[in-house]
Amino acid sequence: MVEQALAPEVLEPTVANRQPVITLRGVSRTFGTPPSALARFAERFGGAKSKPTIVHAVDSVDLTVRKGEVLGLVGESGCGKSTLGRIIAGIMPPSSGEVLWRGRRLSELSPRERRAAKLRIQMIFQNPFASLNPRASVAEIVGEAPRIHHLIEGDEGAYVDEQLRRAGLDPSFKSRFPHQFSGGQRQRIGIARALAVQPEFLVCDEAVAALDVSIQAQILNLFMDLREQLDLTYLFISHDLGVVEHLSDRVAIMYLGRIVEEATVEEIFSRPNHPYTQALLEEIPRIETQKRAYTALKGELPSPLAPPPGCPFHPRCPNAFDRCKMEKPALRDVAADHRSACHLNDR
Amino acid sequence: MTAVLEQTAGVAASSRRGAILSVRDLKTYFATPAGEVKAVDGLSFDLRAGQVLGLVGESGSGKSVTGFSIVRLIEPPGRIVGGEISFKGQELTGASLEEMRRLRGRHIAMIFQDPMMTLNPVLRIDTQMIEAIQAHERVPIAEARARARDALGKVGIPSPEERLKAYPHQFSGGMRQRVAIATALLNQPDLIIADEPTTALDVTIQAQILAEVQKLTRDTNTAVIWISHDLSVVSGMADEVAVMYAGRIVEAGPVAEVINAPRHPYTAGLIGSLPSRNRRGERLRQIHGMTPNLLDLPEGCAFRTRCDHADEACRREPGLFARHGHVHRCFHPCREDA
Repeated sequence: MVEQALAPEVLEPTVANRQPVITLRGVSRTFGTPPSALARFAERFGGAKSKPTIVHAVDSVDLTVRKGEVLGLVGESGCGKSTLGRIIAGIMPPSSGEVLWRGRRLSELSPRERRAAKLRIQMIFQNPFASLNPRASVAEIVGEAPRIHHLIEGDEGAYVDEQLRRAGLDPSFKSRFPHQFSGGQRQRIGIARALAVQPEFLVCDEAVAALDVSIQAQILNLFMDLREQLDLTYLFISHDLGVVEHLSDRVAIMYLGRIVEEATVEEIFSRPNHPYTQALLEEIPRIETQKRAYTALKGELPSPLAPPPGCPFHPRCPNAFDRCKMEKPALRDVAADHRSACHLNDR
Repeated sequence: MTAVLEQTAGVAASSRRGAILSVRDLKTYFATPAGEVKAVDGLSFDLRAGQVLGLVGESGSGKSVTGFSIVRLIEPPGRIVGGEISFKGQELTGASLEEMRRLRGRHIAMIFQDPMMTLNPVLRIDTQMIEAIQAHERVPIAEARARARDALGKVGIPSPEERLKAYPHQFSGGMRQRVAIATALLNQPDLIIADEPTTALDVTIQAQILAEVQKLTRDTNTAVIWISHDLSVVSGMADEVAVMYAGRIVEAGPVAEVINAPRHPYTAGLIGSLPSRNRRGERLRQIHGMTPNLLDLPEGCAFRTRCDHADEACRREPGLFARHGHVHRCFHPCREDA
């Protein structure tokens, strides 16, 4: 691969100047129960202060997804990538922060506009066995939402056929039920269901992780074809760096609820800045390296219930120094269209 | 030198020398109401001490059933209907349950995808590990406990003395898998069968486990059958690789040869469909069609309905073609220099 110096003026017209579809500003999402009424009552009368168990699944994330791009979101289990995907898809509200739809706050939109905006973003789930109603036929699964939202002009049967064909399924199967299909075909049903409401933005959450290798390639190809045909924008959530590298224009790396690095796909894979990104790239098994010796990153993902102070990665980081233990690094520009949250960049 | 061999008697006899495990024409079928499912249908391979064999395939290819057949953990309606499994000279297909019980955990250990298949959730780790030692050897508790502690240390569990007292739920997924591996190592088995042991783990944790297993096979000369759907992991781990499709090995040989110069169109298709083998952003080369239904396999070569090379000849069953220990089952193999 030829390494190019990406001067800002080269990048501007292609990526940076495109219309933002979704913008997140300081978005956080916490889970957990605040202290019970009884505990609060006891506290008020001098009892021990009860500790709420709160998980910061997503912790003040700023992120922009622009029209027509594929943004890859990478991280290990528990890092909050699925929660962030759900917030962007509009099926889970953030605990704090703002979500902007085409530059406008969701709270500013009229209920009607908000409904329309939500419909424009659809989600494809990881598990094609759990995300389809087992008692509904394919025609019902795909046809229900567009019928309710009055998106069908003309015959519903023909409309459903078109969606199925676009997702690579034979329309003659539409009276069948999900259990009669293989994993790859079910994922196609999920894709047809999402496409049926004419979205412009798909959030794919580990959408190929449960599929066999030979089927994975078929579904990835389908995503790429649809992107071209329908001018779709994607948030592609995956733990598989190979898949993300292949599909994405830009990549964001998450660790313990925070985005630690974000850049164009070329930048991330040729000049990773954050030590965590570097470790991920180092350890990904590649077919090209036979009988390699693995050298493992020490330690495990800390519990999000008790994140380490300072930089969340410092207990595992080979280059951590004193400041990393005290101060959370902010996500800052390190090059054109390349942001990283690491104190080492100040040294 | 090769794991998988031609079935001609002469070659088989010579290769069996030095092999600790020798599988010949293994057939494991499942009787279902819809018909007989031939999950494993005529499988042969050899394994030497210290060798890592990667068994690769998609769901339903029979790779896990192969592993379970070797330790005779096939339950009805499944049954080993034919073939031989010879482990250190002992024939396993006819072995009594008592003989198998003595072998399992002592000479042949198994690691599963889900470590909770190995671990008992209501017993402390030390209880379980000491039991695993004392089931095979008369060892005082203190000594068994020390061995358990050392095994935990060896797989990289920090402060093993304290962790011995913990229950499985107090460990993370990666740590549990380490405990399962440590338990498998307790009796220094000659053979470990690892069934997708890192599939459920994160990339950084997977790399840690792979590093530990590599070190262990080097230090103890344990043979490993590494069952996985992930060619990239197998490529980094194994000495030999065998690719399974619909209950058969369709290609096998030294890992570098199979990965760099695959002969069977299925192997070539799998490798070619990996994103890293394609130009970024372009359509991936794909194998068309679906993973096969074992009840409804095409006649002759099971892959022929998905294969670009297929023609009339493929309606017959392809035999094993071999060259320098690299074998395949295909009438129209990919060119070696391709």
